[in-house]
Amino acid sequence: MQAEVRTRMLWRVGLLSGLALAAAPAHAFIAYISNEKGNTVSVIDTESWTVTKTIKVGQRPRGIEFTRDGKFVMVAVGDDDTIQVIDAKTQSVVDSLPSGPDPELFAQDAAGKILYVANENDNTVTVIDLEKRARIGDIQVGVEPEGMTISPDGKTLINTSETTNMAHFIDTDSRQIVANVLVDARPRFAEFRHDSSELWVSSEIGGTVSIIDPKKHEVTGKVTFEIPGLRKEAIQPVGIGMTKDDKTAFIALGPANRVAVVDTATRKVTKYLLVGQRVWHMAFTPDEKYLLTTNGVSNDVSVIDVAAQKVIKTIQVGELPWGVTIAP
Amino acid sequence: MIRWLVGLIGLSLAATQALAADPALIGVGYLGLAGTRSTLSLVEQPAENDGLAGARLAIEDNNTTGKFLNQRFTLEERRIKEGEDAVRAATDLAARNGFIIADLPADALLKVADSLRERGTLLFNAGAIDERLREADCRSNVVHTAPTRAMLADALGQYLVWKQWKRWLLVVGSHDEDKLFADALRRAATRFGAKIVQERTFEDTGGARRTDSGVTLIQRQMPVFTQQAPAYDVLVAADESEVFAAYLPYRTWDPRPVAGSAGLVPRSWDAAQDQWGAIQMQNRFIKLNSRRMTALDMQAWTAVRMIGEATSRTNSGDVRKVSDFIKGPDFSVAAFKGTKLTLRDWNLQLRQPILLVDGRMVVSVSPQEGFLHQVSELDTLGYDRPESKCKLK
Repeated sequence: MQAEVRTRMLWRVGLLSGLALAAAPAHAFIAYISNEKGNTVSVIDTESWTVTKTIKVGQRPRGIEFTRDGKFVMVAVGDDDTIQVIDAKTQSVVDSLPSGPDPELFAQDAAGKILYVANENDNTVTVIDLEKRARIGDIQVGVEPEGMTISPDGKTLINTSETTNMAHFIDTDSRQIVANVLVDARPRFAEFRHDSSELWVSSEIGGTVSIIDPKKHEVTGKVTFEIPGLRKEAIQPVGIGMTKDDKTAFIALGPANRVAVVDTATRKVTKYLLVGQRVWHMAFTPDEKYLLTTNGVSNDVSVIDVAAQKVIKTIQVGELPWGVTIAP
Repeated sequence: MIRWLVGLIGLSLAATQALAADPALIGVGYLGLAGTRSTLSLVEQPAENDGLAGARLAIEDNNTTGKFLNQRFTLEERRIKEGEDAVRAATDLAARNGFIIADLPADALLKVADSLRERGTLLFNAGAIDERLREADCRSNVVHTAPTRAMLADALGQYLVWKQWKRWLLVVGSHDEDKLFADALRRAATRFGAKIVQERTFEDTGGARRTDSGVTLIQRQMPVFTQQAPAYDVLVAADESEVFAAYLPYRTWDPRPVAGSAGLVPRSWDAAQDQWGAIQMQNRFIKLNSRRMTALDMQAWTAVRMIGEATSRTNSGDVRKVSDFIKGPDFSVAAFKGTKLTLRDWNLQLRQPILLVDGRMVVSVSPQEGFLHQVSELDTLGYDRPESKCKLK
């Protein structure tokens, strides 16, 4: 039995190296999934597409992201009022950050030195110096801050507030709000185009994605969704993923159990991909071959082949998977 | 205090240009009766600020948003004592507030609504669940955030049918509201295919709700009262007057679950609700009011948030403009129930999911899967457009 497994593995290695000669080298990446109810982080190997480790973390892990150097994974454990730091080498929790109460999502600056954390219970964004592990400031924002992202030039921090229904534009130097843009109900996630020309904000209850001109601070258009046979209330956009060429956006639609593929030029949905139940967030592999989505209710992760725009695999993870990050 | 200061500093730094002009002031009044009603369960005894506390939180939420839009919300409370004229109190409140959240009995609410009609004040009915306020007695200046009896009964009925508990033993109290709730439950049974195998009336013979040796007596009374019933799956109690329903669970002659006014209860909100981001709001509520949030608190919160939502969408504090937007086709509000809430345009009732709660947990949320509707599944709860007798004037 064991011998057989080994033979098969050898065969696979042989096949892979053969492939490597023909095409670009197929890298294995490591994905970390936060499981909101399980209080765990699942580690997925993207070559075997299996869970290789389950790490116990604090209570209610949600926002999860690699540090810029790829050495650590930060995971917001909201009910413990902190962000835990996982060493990617040992795959264990080694530290925690003073995040402020109930952290949910966060964003890092380009250098990986400053961390901005949305504190849902406090209507604030907390600023943390990552090297000193110290809280260095707070910014007052709207009710229930959630979505966080930084403009590609690093000058603007975006925070969305769920009950205020705004995207707040914060100058990262002065740490002051420079503009507030009203979007549809319960904005949850914000993503810039890589060329900085647009900011996309998903509204979970509004059921739309607003496209904002970040210079004029105006909504210039909205992506809307329509799925035959599905009631409109079930379409609740959350996570957004944009390809590096900015041509295609993927939008997780929550209880609609689908990811919408959007042509960014026409701002229209070209395809709906059926994934697991209540799809939350997503992350591309660095080579952009695959997109991983977390499916909260079905407790799994869907793997999308980005070029083919097809779901190719489903991986069981912990209870209520929420966030995903992949090693750079 | 510190948070407030930080907020103030943030505000003055963030929006100096925007605050050059005076903020738009939006006055919200809260009109309710003085005193509280008595419940069988001591833990369910409402606080004196039941309802008002929810409005207060929504005012805070609106002001957090308002600082970005140069809008400021204020709340003024008015309680009507016994024998006091509701219309006079309402008129006084309306002099300073374009919007009034009302927790009043149906008749008083109608009088107030008619007296404020010319003035243009928009009323929000946060407390009364009477069907007639949305049917024959509907008013174009009253928006209802409280669900109706039929919505509550339908929410429960859908779940009991989904659960295959289709044989109901209906026990009805002897007061008018109990009978109205029983009507709604009978209607739900007919609509969703349940059968009421027998009806019994529990007469209110008076007596105290608190006694020193109450339990011993109740333990003997309730099994006797429920014996010799035809075969049934669930006992459904209609007891809005809080006379007997809470005594039924664990004391029925046959071992059966209890629902309706005790056991599994349909409500617009519950302190145990933590889905769809609700935990943030529950935390904010506890921090502000030092107690847990009730359904009435939520109904008042939603009303004040609807005003805030409309002022931010219209970027205006003008009562007329804001009222028109609330009643218009583009209005919706998020209220931690997993879906946007909208108004039924034919009677200004807020569409909303109804929670089924047991006092400790949220057991389920209706509408249940499989109850379909061509417009909104939320319209499977309560009277629908084709049945409505309301003619808004």
